[in-house]
Amino acid sequence: MVVANGAEGEVASAKDRILMAHRPHLVIDGAILAAEAIGADEIVFYIGEEHEAALTAVKRALIERTGELRPSTRVVAAPIGYVAGEASAAVHYIDSGDARPTTSPPRVSEFGVQGRPTLVQNVESLAYAALIARFGDRWFRTAGRLERRGTALITLTGAVREEGVREIELGTTVGEIAAAAGGSPAGTRAVVLGGYFGTWAGIGDVWDLPLDPDTMRERGLTFGCGIVGLLPSEHCGVSATAQIMAFMAKESAGQCGPCIFGLRAIGDATARVAHGRAGAGDLGDIERWTSQVVGRGACHHPDGAAQLMASAMEVFGDEFIHHARHGRCSISGSRVDVA
Amino acid sequence: MSPEREVRLRVDWIRCDGYGLCGDLLPDLIGLDEWRYPIMPPGPIDRGQLNEIQRAVDCCPMKALILEPVPADRRG
Repeated sequence: MVVANGAEGEVASAKDRILMAHRPHLVIDGAILAAEAIGADEIVFYIGEEHEAALTAVKRALIERTGELRPSTRVVAAPIGYVAGEASAAVHYIDSGDARPTTSPPRVSEFGVQGRPTLVQNVESLAYAALIARFGDRWFRTAGRLERRGTALITLTGAVREEGVREIELGTTVGEIAAAAGGSPAGTRAVVLGGYFGTWAGIGDVWDLPLDPDTMRERGLTFGCGIVGLLPSEHCGVSATAQIMAFMAKESAGQCGPCIFGLRAIGDATARVAHGRAGAGDLGDIERWTSQVVGRGACHHPDGAAQLMASAMEVFGDEFIHHARHGRCSISGSRVDVA
Repeated sequence: MSPEREVRLRVDWIRCDGYGLCGDLLPDLIGLDEWRYPIMPPGPIDRGQLNEIQRAVDCCPMKALILEPVPADRRG
């Protein structure tokens, strides 16, 4: 069983929906290849229900290929939600209409859809598999600037004139992409890389960073789903982080206590700090809860949120302290946050 | 469970409802957060404590505490 995962619940990301809407046959080709590789006789295209153009395109493409010799296929609209795209949540929803993760083990690769071993694979990866099958690995390897070869889809958001999805050669720097879209180091305070599961980094530290999964991992950063989110220089990182953490807390599937209570506590405390109403223990509590919540859930939602929070404390540490001590934002200069 | 196999404690976080009995029964091994959800020790457990640990496992009202062999791919 193959699940082509196009749920794309990551709010800042748009690459999967755009890929499916514009190149649905590539995704289908890749899914068929994956099914052949593992001996699967069924493919489920699991596509976020809000990605209407993607749903329409994939359905139409499948109709165009009626009569083709291939595994049986069906399209399942994934419900809106950050966690709905998690592999076990996808399997759970396809089988029983409940898009919440399940306890692992068993892994979906052992016990997935209808109890069968299931490969849950992101649609972008499938599209690359299709391209490699079509043009060869040598062709694929012509792109890429560092060890890691190939290209990747990224979503550029924030302090640029032209936001949107780009295909980049792996190893292209943050600065090149941002500058080409009208961004500048002066206009940018920090960058969130890899999405809400990812990491904050100060703009000075990453303007020349190659967007390459290996290089990024070595530096404690994440390529993740390819989000490059530029925080405008006039915005406050503490407030931006408070918004992300409130979202992550709300998007908990609500099944595991440490995630339900821990993320809510972190989100609430971060909001108090952002709004200049921090209690004496808030910063210490945020730090403690953040390290405490890691690994304590059925899925990795709390781990991703904790990683983002920990990186925020590192990158915006002075600003967190300023907010907590003085009840003010040093960027807006006011008691009321601006971001 | 063969005697030479390492064993570990795992929590089924979806089942766990934060009763905290495990932490009360095994305070040296299992911590509790402020919502009484367990904070587990990393790595395999000391077999000398197996009796007390089994008792805590049996006492969990949600049957969320699991004593199991360390999976092959997690050893070493």
